[in-house]
Amino acid sequence: MQFMLLFSRQGKLRLQKWYVPLSDKEKKKITRELVQTVLARKPKMCSFLEWRDLKIVYKRYASLYFCCAIEDQDNELITLEIIHRYVELLDKYFGSVCELDIIFNFEKAYFILDEFLLGGEVQETSKKNVLKAIEQADLLQENTENIYHSKSIIGYKTAY
Amino acid sequence: MALKMVKGSIDRMFDKNLQDLVRGIRNHKEDEAKYISQCIDEIKQELKQDNIAVKANAVCKLTYALALTWAIFLQRVGYLAASQCFHEGTDVIMLTTNQIRKDLSSPSQYDTGVALTGLSCFVTPDLARDLASDIMTLMSHTKPYIRKKAVLIMYKVFLKYPESLRPAFPRLKEKLEDPDPGVQSAAVNVICELARRNPKNYLSLAPLFFKLMTSSTNNWVLIKIIKLFGALTPLEPRLGKKLIEPLTNLIHSTSAMSLLYECVNTVIAVLISLSSGMPNHSASIQLCVQKLRILIEDSDQNLKYLGLLAMSKILKTHPKSVQSHKDLVLQCLDDKDESIRLRALDLLYGMVSKKNLMEIVKKLMTHVDKAEGTTYRDELLTKIIDICSQSNYQHITNFEWYISILVELTRLEGTRHGHLIAAQMLDVAIRVKAIRKFAVSQMSALLDNAHLVASSTQRNGICEVLYAAAWICGEFSEHLQEPHQTLEAMLRPKVTTLPGHIQAVYVQNVVKLYASILQQQEQAAEAEAAQEVTQLMVERLPQFVQSADLEVQERASCILQLVKHVQKLQAKGVPVAEEVSALFAGELNPVAPKAQKKVPVPEGLDLDAWINEPPSDSESEDEKPKAIFHDEEPRHVRRRQPEEDEEELARRREARKQEQANNPFYIKSSPSPQKRYRDAPGVEHIPVVQIDLSVPLKVPGMPMSDQYVKLEEERRHRQRLEKDKKKKRKKEKDRKGKHRRHSSLPTESDEDIAPAQQVDIVTEEMPENALPSDEEDKDPNDPYRALDIDLDKPLADSEKLPVQKHRNTEVSKSPEKDEVPVVEKKSKKPKKKEKKPKEKEKKKERERKKSSRHKKKKHKKEREEKEKKKAKRKQPEREHEQEEPVQNGAAEEEEEETLPPMSSYRLLAENSFIKMTYDIQASLQKDSQVTVSVILENQSGSFLKNMELSVLDSLNAKMARPEGSSVHAGVPVPFQLPPGVSNEAQFVFTVQSIIMAQKLKGTLSFIAKDDDGATHEKLDFRLHFSCSSYLITTPCYSDAFARLLESGDLSMSSIKVDGISMSFQNLLSKICFYHHFSVVERVDSCASMYSRSIQGHHVCLLLKKGESSVSVDGKCSDPTLLSSLLEEMKATLAQC
Repeated sequence: MQFMLLFSRQGKLRLQKWYVPLSDKEKKKITRELVQTVLARKPKMCSFLEWRDLKIVYKRYASLYFCCAIEDQDNELITLEIIHRYVELLDKYFGSVCELDIIFNFEKAYFILDEFLLGGEVQETSKKNVLKAIEQADLLQENTENIYHSKSIIGYKTAY
Repeated sequence: MALKMVKGSIDRMFDKNLQDLVRGIRNHKEDEAKYISQCIDEIKQELKQDNIAVKANAVCKLTYALALTWAIFLQRVGYLAASQCFHEGTDVIMLTTNQIRKDLSSPSQYDTGVALTGLSCFVTPDLARDLASDIMTLMSHTKPYIRKKAVLIMYKVFLKYPESLRPAFPRLKEKLEDPDPGVQSAAVNVICELARRNPKNYLSLAPLFFKLMTSSTNNWVLIKIIKLFGALTPLEPRLGKKLIEPLTNLIHSTSAMSLLYECVNTVIAVLISLSSGMPNHSASIQLCVQKLRILIEDSDQNLKYLGLLAMSKILKTHPKSVQSHKDLVLQCLDDKDESIRLRALDLLYGMVSKKNLMEIVKKLMTHVDKAEGTTYRDELLTKIIDICSQSNYQHITNFEWYISILVELTRLEGTRHGHLIAAQMLDVAIRVKAIRKFAVSQMSALLDNAHLVASSTQRNGICEVLYAAAWICGEFSEHLQEPHQTLEAMLRPKVTTLPGHIQAVYVQNVVKLYASILQQQEQAAEAEAAQEVTQLMVERLPQFVQSADLEVQERASCILQLVKHVQKLQAKGVPVAEEVSALFAGELNPVAPKAQKKVPVPEGLDLDAWINEPPSDSESEDEKPKAIFHDEEPRHVRRRQPEEDEEELARRREARKQEQANNPFYIKSSPSPQKRYRDAPGVEHIPVVQIDLSVPLKVPGMPMSDQYVKLEEERRHRQRLEKDKKKKRKKEKDRKGKHRRHSSLPTESDEDIAPAQQVDIVTEEMPENALPSDEEDKDPNDPYRALDIDLDKPLADSEKLPVQKHRNTEVSKSPEKDEVPVVEKKSKKPKKKEKKPKEKEKKKERERKKSSRHKKKKHKKEREEKEKKKAKRKQPEREHEQEEPVQNGAAEEEEEETLPPMSSYRLLAENSFIKMTYDIQASLQKDSQVTVSVILENQSGSFLKNMELSVLDSLNAKMARPEGSSVHAGVPVPFQLPPGVSNEAQFVFTVQSIIMAQKLKGTLSFIAKDDDGATHEKLDFRLHFSCSSYLITTPCYSDAFARLLESGDLSMSSIKVDGISMSFQNLLSKICFYHHFSVVERVDSCASMYSRSIQGHHVCLLLKKGESSVSVDGKCSDPTLLSSLLEEMKATLAQC
């Protein structure tokens, strides 16, 4: 997979993950172009389109479009399954996920994606394992965060 | 804004860049931690600026700083930031090598995991080289979590540092048999990706993968393996044979569509690579086609699309098995989805045969009529032309039919492809000699009705066909039935409205036509008629002479002079026809489009050398010397009909060769066999059927291709009967093999169909000694090329991965790298900056409200009702405040469950005399001041006077007292209360820190006077300053909201409240009302909200309702403030 984009029905980019090095300019251009093309498609149309020398696989979940670019030989259906799996993971993690979750907790959405895909390849096919890893990392983060904050509060109090 | 920008760029001059930061850190050896936290604060400021360059710099620094700090939460976010921002050119990566290495070897698997994930996004060749051995070690980590990530990231490392592939490969291979399925699938993934690019190096792994394929049940893995085999089989046909069986088994058994699709695809690939003549072969193809048919028939558009896609792959090698599903493909043309229709069209392209071409095109023509939207119709048009013209018109048996199809297509309104149709008309007319007569008659009809084509479609390209029509009528004018009429049509005044290049062709061909008319009339000795024609020309040509188009003007003037000259000669009775026709004598043959490019450059000729020294560049800028050679437009490829007579042809060819031999400028070469005219082999024995000319030819505006379909059927029937009679066995079989020069094989029965016309498709001329077509070489920039490495060779010593040693002694490329102080868990207390920049925005709304409050209104008994009104008034106001942010508060329509009236006034204290309720209002103008409005209601029959409010100040909150009064003095209430009356008094408090709620103790003292006399009374109370009261409802656009969250300097916390039955809408209203939030966006039962404190803290909320619970996630610039707020909200929600 070359990249994954999440954007809203209004065309606002919500999440982007690039697995190929591209300049910011190029990324912007691609995003703009794809958002336009995908949004222009009618709901009854199939989820694939050929774009440049890549294949675009997209799917709409509620108000959010998930859009992946894969190479010529890649399997479109498995990509759809990847998208679906990612949505399932988000759903499990956030509890009936919605677009606002991804705006609000965007870093979590990235972490989940990173646990699920690495370098554009599926790294973990088991939902349970992905969520377990995320929860563990969350816990770890929370603990250190707490230590950090308690220190900062102490710092604040002594200064006060 | 502009000011801000200027300020930004000035600030930037004082900003530290990354180098400064690194230097700074080194200079502050002893208080490093403090310095870093200082820098982080600076960076935070920078991040808030609009200037992208400043931001980018800040992110770089931040990442570096974060990498140095110890907390994993920073690290996790830091790597995320890095993976989003870094690309290969970011030089900061160099500095992070050591940090990443440290993280990789961290004892916590999540630290390592985060580092690996981050690395996968920004690995550079340098990083890959330096870290390859570390990652390789991680491939054997005890935790599968790490192994899996390390294996996957190796792929990225290989891409950046191909030398690492050979040393790492044995271990990678081991991982194929890892006990953990995740690791195993990661290894399969990596090897599959590698093998797809350079399959030959991985053939030796085939048995291992074969075993995996038959044993694995994980579809994700299976798909990868099957894909890998798809890449391997073209190199090893034996493998393909072995694969067919397990693959067909999978196709039969699997229920997963993705796996099925992959299998079918691979089977197709295998079958393509296998040489034909395999038994069983057709069975598996049949199975594939069958399964694909099921996919296509499925209601799921995606499956349909993929089914068609795969079909088209089969079509290339096994057209017969696909052709039987023509009905299905034609059905797909009716699909709602345009992309499916286009796929079906692609398939049709390969499915046509002599037998079904007419039928398919007929169907397509009906679609052209129905099609909505010009893009799809244009696509149909090009496809029709593609289908018909493919491989040298091999499927067309009746060119009259084709010409009439083209003529019908000209009636398409608004198409862009007029030039395509025109090119086809020209091509067919030129290359199929037998059709010229018919073509000319059609074209003259078209010219006659030019107004139909040109008038309605002036703006679009369909008038291009007139170009072709004019040229054909002129060039082949000898076939014209009524040349005079056509001449008139071409000289109509209306013609001058056509585009210039078409007029030019008109002018040129008018003369050709004129020449042939002259000749006819002179032969018939009709001198008068000839003079009339000349007169017509002289009269009409001036309209072209006036043309604004230079080309038209020039041609017209030349020709006008010529005709005038002819007129003079005619007047003298001199025969001129011969001479005029001589102008257009000569043979023009079709030239292949690439012919010019293929002319070999003779030795010693340097095309880039100047012939003359170039003139100074001021000259002739606008005159572009292009298109001398490379022009492929048909008008440059003027062709003359070759004589039908083979003898004549040979004679001419000989003459031309002779001429060329004498021509010193002609590039001579040995004759090539390529350049023979291909007369259809055995054309003689094909029965030529008389064309039924009863077909009405001149009915423009009426589709007529249909008639040909019927005629053709009859013809074929007749032909078949004839054939049956003859029953001669020909050596067809032998020929069949040779015939396979085209991608799609004509079916057996196809061969039997003889064309209606003696089709002599003139091949295009190529220059002699043409260069062989240049093969497309592999792209030298292909990143996968470097990975084309033989993996079976034993490892040489020199191929060990560079193991990182202490590089202090070495001369290192980047000195900083080594000197970077590795900060271990040095504790530091980054100072939390409490004060955020205070943006003093003017809120007129607030101002107005405040002033209205200052007018102390008399409160009557019906306070309850007043509150209601107040609440109501508040809503529309707020709505007005936020035009863009979505529905906010109770003003929502369609609300079944009405919310009880809300009041922000809470009870402060109560006794038999008086009841006190209060509300706290904050204002943006005063960042540490709130106003407490207290409503005092006299509940007794006494008259209350001399009321005084005294409060015990705390360190943090103080009541503002009149100047000069002591710290403990009370503040008098400026009114008295008769029985049953209420009134509102306001008191100002200053508050230092607003991040925690607090309570102030106070007392109201007053004198109650009734008929019995006056008593001194007291009422104690506790004034509760909730954190919500420091918030000010501030609208926020969703974009700004998203940016705020992305800025990353908010801390996060969340609560969850169970047992909530209130509707989500009402919940939102409550939170908006009591906690001063505004809704940013709402989606179903999920909403994001925003508010800001008087001290500029941003507070973002995500409210989400489940079955009977509500979760609130909050993000705020201050964690303490956030947790206080959430606690308050929890209390509010608990009552819902």
